[in-house]
Amino acid sequence: MHLQVSSVCKSFGYGPKAKQVLDSVSFDLHSGQFLALVGSSGSGKSTMMRLIAGLERPSSGEIRLDGELIRGPGADRGMVFQKYSLFPWLTAGQNVAFGMRLQGRPRAEVRERTAYFLEVVGLVESARLLPRELSGGMQQRVAIARSLAAEPKVLLLDEPFGALDLQIRESMQEFLHRLWLQTGLTALLITHDLEEALLLAQEVQIMAPRPGRIVRRVSADLDRSSLAHLRVSQPFLALREELASCLRSLDSSLTA
Amino acid sequence: MNRWSSLRRFLAHPWVLGLVGMATVLLIWLLTTASGTVDKLFLPSPQAVWQAGQSQWQSGGLVKDAVASIQRVFIGFALSAGLALPVGIAMGTNRTICRLLEPLMALIRYMPAPAFIPLLIIYFGLEELPKVLLIFIGTFFFNTLMIMDAVKFVPSELVETALTLGGRGLPILTRVVAPYIAPQVFDTYRINMASAWNLVIVAELVAATEGLGKRISLAQRFLRTDEIFVGLIVIGLVGLVIDLGFRFLMRKSCAWAT
Repeated sequence: MHLQVSSVCKSFGYGPKAKQVLDSVSFDLHSGQFLALVGSSGSGKSTMMRLIAGLERPSSGEIRLDGELIRGPGADRGMVFQKYSLFPWLTAGQNVAFGMRLQGRPRAEVRERTAYFLEVVGLVESARLLPRELSGGMQQRVAIARSLAAEPKVLLLDEPFGALDLQIRESMQEFLHRLWLQTGLTALLITHDLEEALLLAQEVQIMAPRPGRIVRRVSADLDRSSLAHLRVSQPFLALREELASCLRSLDSSLTA
Repeated sequence: MNRWSSLRRFLAHPWVLGLVGMATVLLIWLLTTASGTVDKLFLPSPQAVWQAGQSQWQSGGLVKDAVASIQRVFIGFALSAGLALPVGIAMGTNRTICRLLEPLMALIRYMPAPAFIPLLIIYFGLEELPKVLLIFIGTFFFNTLMIMDAVKFVPSELVETALTLGGRGLPILTRVVAPYIAPQVFDTYRINMASAWNLVIVAELVAATEGLGKRISLAQRFLRTDEIFVGLIVIGLVGLVIDLGFRFLMRKSCAWAT
């Protein structure tokens, strides 16, 4: 799998009112990689995600998946939205099965894979519950299971834990990290939370706002055997402080 | 005190206060007519109305008229609801269709349906068709615009999620839009059914050989206020049953939204 984003620009509107949201963004993502894009609001990171998902078209530049130009949304790029996007009339199990049923897979296979992915996200017992009966964290785990069950080549995570409490956030980060180790998925994470990005991603790219562009790339080769230790380890904190000051400088250049 | 708290709990039951309200009106009615201060021709006693109802029931005329009215409502409303669903969804999902039809519908919606009766009689005579069409005209535009609104408020996240799961076109409509709007569509139908029920009576008051509206206008001719009361009460009860039926259907089929 090779996701290739090359010189992508995106503007909304026309003529003098046109607003440039992304300015020549390029990066690559290979199988098994976990990449994070970090930026404040207005850095166009969500737009970048929607472009990759095929929900918007770039104004210029191109995005290719395994050499194939992306022309619209498809099951090869699974997306997890910040706001809970479970179908409220379907149970957790039916939500997980949704994509597979769209793909027209045989019933037995859908049943089997649904059970498997509910197990992976630890929600076997909640299979028959409706989304409104699940907590926020459980809902996001169902959403992740639903995306994975459709067998995407890359998982796009758009602020997936942004609406959760701090404690649930931390346990969800642990969960996502284990999931990555366990399934070897390829993931692109969008977040404004630097700590989250450094905990989970091997590579972190910092985006500057107005227009959105990548200003800094760091590979975060850290010892991730225990996220709890990592959070307070020296190299982690040093890297976080360094990138945080980079983000601050981007903001002060705006206000000054 | 204990007695007070049990009374309060009794009153807290959702149906109790509603029944108290109805019983109060019935009691005032009973006392007014029993006191003899009001002419029986103007306000018949509850007993007289009950007797009139009984004799109409036994003669079979009441049932026949009720069936005739209900039939008209159901045919007219089924046409309206059946056509409003695809048109409303088309307007809600397609901007061109919406811009083309919305101003037209918004205009017609404000023309009172009963004002179409003279035209309908000229075009289609006095048979069933003009009555059915009146119900159609009176409810179709409301149904359509309300369904359109329901479709417009389908959260984009749900549609986009389905898109990124490999869905497109028709499956999105049947598996995302349709189930999401189902509760609102039921509610739309329930609300507009009330105007369908109003319109059938209006149509029958103007010209009909049978129906509950006809029954009332006939009773008026003979100054039978007790029979008018019977007609009004039956109309109200049938409407209430239809309303409860829609609520029941919605609870059964859209448990997730209640």
